[in-house]
Amino acid sequence: MPAVSRADIAPTAYAWEIRASGLKVRVGRDKMAVDGLDLSLGTGVHGLLGPNGAGKTTLIRALATVLRPAGGELELLGEAAGGLGEHRALRRRIGYLPQEFGYYKRFTVREFVEYMAWLKEVPKADIPGAVQRAVERVGLADRADARMKTLSGGMVRRVGIAQAIVNDPPILLLDEPTVGLDPAQRLRLRELLQELGTDACVVVSTHLVEDVAAACTDVVLFAEGRLVFQGTPGELAAAGGPEHLGDSPLERGYSALLQNPVRAGGAW
Amino acid sequence: MNPEHTSHTSHASVRLIEEYARGGTGLAVDEVWALEAHLEKCRDCRDRLSAAVTADAPAVAALTEAVWSDLEHRLASAVPAPARRLRARLSAWTTPAMTPWLAMVLAVALLALLLDLAGPGSGQVSLVLLLAPVLPVCGVAASWSRGLDPAYELTAATPRAGLQLVLRRTVSALAVVIPALLAGGWATGVTAVQWLLPCLAFTSLTLALGGVIGVSRAAVALVAAWAAVVVAPTLATSRTAAALQTEGLPVWGLLLALGVGVVIARRGAYTVLGAHR
Repeated sequence: MPAVSRADIAPTAYAWEIRASGLKVRVGRDKMAVDGLDLSLGTGVHGLLGPNGAGKTTLIRALATVLRPAGGELELLGEAAGGLGEHRALRRRIGYLPQEFGYYKRFTVREFVEYMAWLKEVPKADIPGAVQRAVERVGLADRADARMKTLSGGMVRRVGIAQAIVNDPPILLLDEPTVGLDPAQRLRLRELLQELGTDACVVVSTHLVEDVAAACTDVVLFAEGRLVFQGTPGELAAAGGPEHLGDSPLERGYSALLQNPVRAGGAW
Repeated sequence: MNPEHTSHTSHASVRLIEEYARGGTGLAVDEVWALEAHLEKCRDCRDRLSAAVTADAPAVAALTEAVWSDLEHRLASAVPAPARRLRARLSAWTTPAMTPWLAMVLAVALLALLLDLAGPGSGQVSLVLLLAPVLPVCGVAASWSRGLDPAYELTAATPRAGLQLVLRRTVSALAVVIPALLAGGWATGVTAVQWLLPCLAFTSLTLALGGVIGVSRAAVALVAAWAAVVVAPTLATSRTAAALQTEGLPVWGLLLALGVGVVIARRGAYTVLGAHR
């Protein structure tokens, strides 16, 4: 663990790590993928759940400050994150794993995470230690000097998580991190998420309801660019009844809230 | 300030250190806490503690000896992580995605040079001179393109993304291309004065336009414009276009200044995904 510094124990000047009000994010010329979103997220693991095309990736990109909001307010760590500007200080404190995690095949795991740490302006002297810690946390210490092209899909995904946590971010954004992981790796990832969620605001987008049940302290249900529901997994389960579609209480709650109770014959 | 070399006004007393070495049972809890906090920061006191342990607590000393002798052969066989500093330093300036493009640019420059040297029949027009202004644009586009750089989205989300990284990668592209063009120009008798300013102007315009429509699209648009406005008429008439003669230089200077101005004014544009198109 890193040594505790004065900055770590200083009281925060904000109530929520992530706060959005009336947030709008445009994709392409005329589609509002996020359309008037009000959301407040604090420490913990937040599962961002929604059907495909609900705008989850767009929202996460806006939270990562790579898409500029078209309207509304977005505050990250108490700092306004809309508008033009480079947000350098803010970005140093964000970890981001995009849905399509691209990497350089010829780099070793260590070189790649080191490169990302450099891009994230981790102080030069801290880079080797931070990289080692991140690689160990995702269970890749024994493959740290293997080239990226020799890794399996699940290992690549874990490198993606390692690069996201290398700067010890108070806001961690993971877009579909469980894709490509086998069941055992998925369990390990959930443990890691819970551990990270004790002192950071972790936003995990997923379309798998069981990921949310196992790892998240909080569920954010999102459809057509709007917030449908925010609450604990228990509250999500309580929203569904036996008449709703699904194999588990959470799935029934999910269907109930999306108002999709009737099984349409043959349609997805 | 390095805590190891901080000059402390007070050090732990001999009594405290000796008590601590014997197990600390005679010390109050707050004294132990304060002592340990001090020891973490003070090398002198750690050395004194080590001496006190050897002198006063043979059992502890024997234990640490045993642990060391157990560990030593394993530490000796552990290989230190290989230092690949060259790649780390290179990746601060270029991406691996740029390498094949820069190689291609150099190949094109070489080809133009060979054609110039071999074919005196192409009139007074030098291919090196015709291609020089747009060659670096390809390298710049490759450094900031969604299709060519797999890690574009990761890069765009980092604090270093933006003007600084754009300029670093542009400088490295220019650092490869300009020496090659200088050598080619020297071989064919084209002076650097004729192409260096258009070359820099094109690079800055690519970046400026790239902030609006994406760097790769900007590069394609500018290369197409160059081909239509200058290259095609020149090859058709076998005369060096006015744009490449010395009278054109003030215009290129103006374009360079315009490009640089726009890039600086819109530096936030390179931190979003839009610049990667």
